[in-house]
Amino acid sequence: MNKKSLAYPYVIWAGIFIIVPLLLIVYFSFFVDGQFTFQNYTKFMEDYYIKAMGKSISLAFISTTICLLLAYPLAMVLNGKDISNRGVILLLIILPMWMNSLLRTYAWANLLENNGVINNVLAALNLPTVKFLYGDGGVIFGMVYNFFPFMVLPIYNALAKIDKGLIEAAYDLGANDITTFRKVILPLSMPGVVTGIIMVFMPALTTFLITRLLGGGKVMLIGNIIEEQFTRTGDLGFGSAVSMILMIIVLITLAFMSRKGTLDEEGGLF
Amino acid sequence: MIKFIKRFYVALILLIMYAPVAVLMVFSFNDSKLPIWKGFTFKWYENLANDMSIQQSFVYTIIIAVVSSLIATAIGTLAAMGIHQMKGYKRNLMLNITYIPLLSPDIVIGISLMMLFNVLHIPFGLPTLIISHITFSTPYVILSIMPKLKQMNFNVYEAALDLGATPWYAFRKVILPEIMPGVIAGLFIAFTLSIDDFVVSFFNTGAGVDTLPIKIYAMARKGLTQQLMPFQQLCL
Repeated sequence: MNKKSLAYPYVIWAGIFIIVPLLLIVYFSFFVDGQFTFQNYTKFMEDYYIKAMGKSISLAFISTTICLLLAYPLAMVLNGKDISNRGVILLLIILPMWMNSLLRTYAWANLLENNGVINNVLAALNLPTVKFLYGDGGVIFGMVYNFFPFMVLPIYNALAKIDKGLIEAAYDLGANDITTFRKVILPLSMPGVVTGIIMVFMPALTTFLITRLLGGGKVMLIGNIIEEQFTRTGDLGFGSAVSMILMIIVLITLAFMSRKGTLDEEGGLF
Repeated sequence: MIKFIKRFYVALILLIMYAPVAVLMVFSFNDSKLPIWKGFTFKWYENLANDMSIQQSFVYTIIIAVVSSLIATAIGTLAAMGIHQMKGYKRNLMLNITYIPLLSPDIVIGISLMMLFNVLHIPFGLPTLIISHITFSTPYVILSIMPKLKQMNFNVYEAALDLGATPWYAFRKVILPEIMPGVIAGLFIAFTLSIDDFVVSFFNTGAGVDTLPIKIYAMARKGLTQQLMPFQQLCL
């Protein structure tokens, strides 16, 4: 029996629903009314769109950095011996990944709103209310909150895999805590860090939902621009062009990151 | 002291992660539209239970999740076995194609499928939703089964054939039990992804066919805060 043929249903499926749609994006981004043109791409060079792209990258970068700075110590603590019920805590950290991210984002929007729970409490205590939402801060907060578990998990997995003997050997050879961390623990946990960065940076770069709910329509990111072309202005060509640019940025980031580590088993994602 | 700081740090992060859920849980019983405590009530839950459109979207979500995850698992299991047999550039090509939906942004998957359905004049609705969910979940099924195939010894399968088993019988009795954990994991991932998906569904849904995430988004945009709160609890 030729068992390669088992893959044929998938080959056909992937051809129609993965390859053809991508080709359609390429086609629509270059052809307007059947004419080859670069106009969709030149339109993107306008100040407004370049700024949105810059903002997307910088907000995604900031939230990835915050996630990393918060998650690495957490993963180290969880991997250490001072925490007794680590299984439960790990489960609690992963659990939100199975909750609807819309609802979780919306939950925070509710708390942080101008007349939301926190401001009501502040007002009741005669303290000045704070305007948390509807700006970059709110969006960054939402990204960090939403994607944090995706950073903790791979780093924790990478740390847990490190042979404890290596760390003891470093101490035996006279290294102090900082040297051991810098020369042994950090390099060995890099695959996890790389996976975590990809898992946070990618969705943060392309989100349009968090911006909608926590940015109050004032923050325009690249995802919002694509969404707008397809749902409101109906400019498929321009929307496709922006998607192409986004894909290229994603691919460059992936290529850059995967040179520094691997996405495979070592990353501990699957 | 250091031990205390470590524990405090973990507790703080857990607090931030669960604070909104906890607060909203309390307020979902609040008898007021504003976030000020007015008294205990079940009325938001009753509203939810009586809202036909929400029940409908719940039914759609389940139908789509069950159908798409079963089909994705079937296609994915066969594909994993087929790809496992492939060699050289064919194998690499198939694996790379499989990685595309994993690595490309949700929004690009969503709009590219939307354009395909537009070009083919397929009306948006339940079928387009199911097709798009199968498309983004099949790669996860394949990737959860591939490692299991790699671990298994194919000589056992051939031995079964030599001993007179039909290919189908050998598949059921030899291969399937070996890869079953991968198949189950794949099915589970596909089901969860489908239930949770918003972005792809958002672009590929038709009039009147709402999944729960889409319904929630629509309600959130209208500012129907209070009606949403019970959702939180039900989803937990």
